[in-house]
Amino acid sequence: MAGRWRTRLGILSAATVLAGGLTACGGSSTASGTPTLNWYVNPDNGGQQEIAEKCSAASGGAYAIDVSILPSDAAAQREQLMRRLAGNDTSIDLMSLDPVFVPETSEAGFLAPVPADLQQQWSEGVVDGAVQGATWKDELVAAPFWANTQLLWYRKSVAEAAGLDVTKPVTWEQLVEAAKSQGTAIGVQGQRAESMTVWVNAMIASAGGEVIENPDAKGPDIRLGLDSDAGRAAAQVMRDITAAGVGGPGIDNRDEAATANLFQQGGAAFMVNWPFVYAQGKSAAEEGTMDRAVFDDYGWSTYPAMSEGQEAKPPLGGIDIGVSAFSEHRDLAFQAVSCIVSAENQAAYMISDGNPAAAEAVYDDPQVQEAYPMYDTIRASLQAASPRPQTAYYNEVSQGIADQWQPVSSVGEQTPATSQEYIGDVLRGEKLL
Amino acid sequence: MSQQTQTRTAGDVSVSRPVRGRARGSDKARAEARLGWYLAGPAFVILVAVTGYPILQALYESLFSYRLTAPADRAFVGLKNYGVILTDSLWWSALLNTAMITVVTVAVELVIGFALAMVMHKVLGWLRPIVRTAILIPYAVITVVSAYAWQYAFGLTTGFMNAVLGLDDFDVFANKWSALAVICLSEIWKTTPFISLLLLAGLAQVPSDMTEAAKVDGATAWERLWRVTLPNMKASIMVALLFRALDAFRIFDNVYIMTNGAAGTETVSSLAYNQTISRLEIGLGSAVSVLLFVCVLAICFIAIKVFKVDLARARGEG
Repeated sequence: MAGRWRTRLGILSAATVLAGGLTACGGSSTASGTPTLNWYVNPDNGGQQEIAEKCSAASGGAYAIDVSILPSDAAAQREQLMRRLAGNDTSIDLMSLDPVFVPETSEAGFLAPVPADLQQQWSEGVVDGAVQGATWKDELVAAPFWANTQLLWYRKSVAEAAGLDVTKPVTWEQLVEAAKSQGTAIGVQGQRAESMTVWVNAMIASAGGEVIENPDAKGPDIRLGLDSDAGRAAAQVMRDITAAGVGGPGIDNRDEAATANLFQQGGAAFMVNWPFVYAQGKSAAEEGTMDRAVFDDYGWSTYPAMSEGQEAKPPLGGIDIGVSAFSEHRDLAFQAVSCIVSAENQAAYMISDGNPAAAEAVYDDPQVQEAYPMYDTIRASLQAASPRPQTAYYNEVSQGIADQWQPVSSVGEQTPATSQEYIGDVLRGEKLL
Repeated sequence: MSQQTQTRTAGDVSVSRPVRGRARGSDKARAEARLGWYLAGPAFVILVAVTGYPILQALYESLFSYRLTAPADRAFVGLKNYGVILTDSLWWSALLNTAMITVVTVAVELVIGFALAMVMHKVLGWLRPIVRTAILIPYAVITVVSAYAWQYAFGLTTGFMNAVLGLDDFDVFANKWSALAVICLSEIWKTTPFISLLLLAGLAQVPSDMTEAAKVDGATAWERLWRVTLPNMKASIMVALLFRALDAFRIFDNVYIMTNGAAGTETVSSLAYNQTISRLEIGLGSAVSVLLFVCVLAICFIAIKVFKVDLARARGEG
């Protein structure tokens, strides 16, 4: 008898635990009946969490937004999102997407189609590059949230000593000469990672070329523009850096964060990097981990040009917000996106996290101008910027470039041609990556 | 003498039983076999479900050109994926790297592991638990954590090893051989305790009367080691060798953290990861995984057949 009761008790406990677990797994609604939207975000200083709280409060109980943090690098963020979406995971409602992965996500049918009126609303007053990044096959498929761009950062004292005229656009050649004359380095991202593609793409675009000539094509039909004059010009810049010995220590394992640290610590007096380095330097100076005088010596200009008189096409980055095709609360999710990308939130996010807004009007905000004295350079850079290839096969192209153009010291005359052949083989499914 | 009698008696009983006890014995044997299946059956089913199913699924997927983000383009390609892999220099360089890491780390670990096992075996008194704990600490560290520790130690901006070794600005992780050397070192540091633990168990099984007899007969310490201790530990050594070789062949974490395959440090596991997880090319990635599985099977086969590893004896059943 006692045994039977024990069995029943066991079954009851198991059922309770299971039911509890299932409720926890579902998790799309709170006890009060307010639907909870899950927003998968890239790691930041907490700015997206703040926006989520603000929008939840502003919805008047229509929805609440929960934030889940994705891994730190863009490729790992993509891996996690794609695996979940391929499994029709309904726990994703909103996602912060790197623009380069928007085409693949959309092409796979993982993004809910954006209603026409919202497409209009979300692209109004937004910098061109950011709208392009959120567009696939002539449709806006995600909302531009912030639009990043890289600048040339330099130590004013060193640039002055080198006689570098920073009042007009600087070329890579001048930069190499300046760094060589001062015995310093140029901080570039030479790691075998996506950051390498950012650099190569910017140089090729600045030289008037394109990494992919027909981005809409299927993998095997993609035509690459690496083996071109522009591709060879980009390879020449890398060879010049190596030949002059101004790549700095650890160039082949350096990403954006490592480059920013090198610049901060004085290992490089010049660097190409995103504007977060300013916010990072500022807080280091305030916390006393970096001399205030060093921070005051920070200078900035637009991205280096490939040759005199040829305008640079700086890298374009940022984040778009997409709504999952598997969301159980699509309409609410679209409402939430409209709230998240409002100009007010973009301005607050730029101030709190150092990520430039996609909406042009934000740069007229006096608070933004005070926090980012280089706001005008950022705006100009965003207007001139060139997005990375918008293709559903970006990951292959990016990994292929990172694989073939690295280590930086190995880049030679043949690199553009060999990398073009290699990536072509990969896209045709004839080679491993 | 009494032992011999008992053996003979037991033998007599078993010889005298067959005619009379066959039916009863087979009933009992059948019942025992049935009970055995009842007891082991659920575990067997679960084992097949959790290991057999994914293997068969991978085999099946490897015959397709299938990208996770383009499910509509899925197409049957037969053995094409295997052809692509086996004619790609990247596969062979990854296989060579993996084989090299396996041979180097396992060989070094066997020697150091045996020395540590001897220390743990010989040390007495209050020092024994302290020594054993100290030796086992690296094995308790999570591999990813250990990989980061080694990466930070040898990193140009974060590390101190360049200063210690007088390497100045030499980027250890930008050069294939130096990167592989650090990867091997971290692997050796991390898993030598595992081998020493297995060898310690083997050392404990060496009959002390044999070593004492050898000592009385005038054998030197070296002779006692080669002629008495090691032959008696053969099963433990072989099992340690097999386990570590399989483990080392599947190396992933250290490479992923330290170089992510850059500078020609790809291994077979990282290659499988790249195709399946990074590229989401499920077909190609499955084919790499199947080939990795075949390599692991080959290692098992070689260890068991060629080196005559007796797993049952190592478990003390022999």
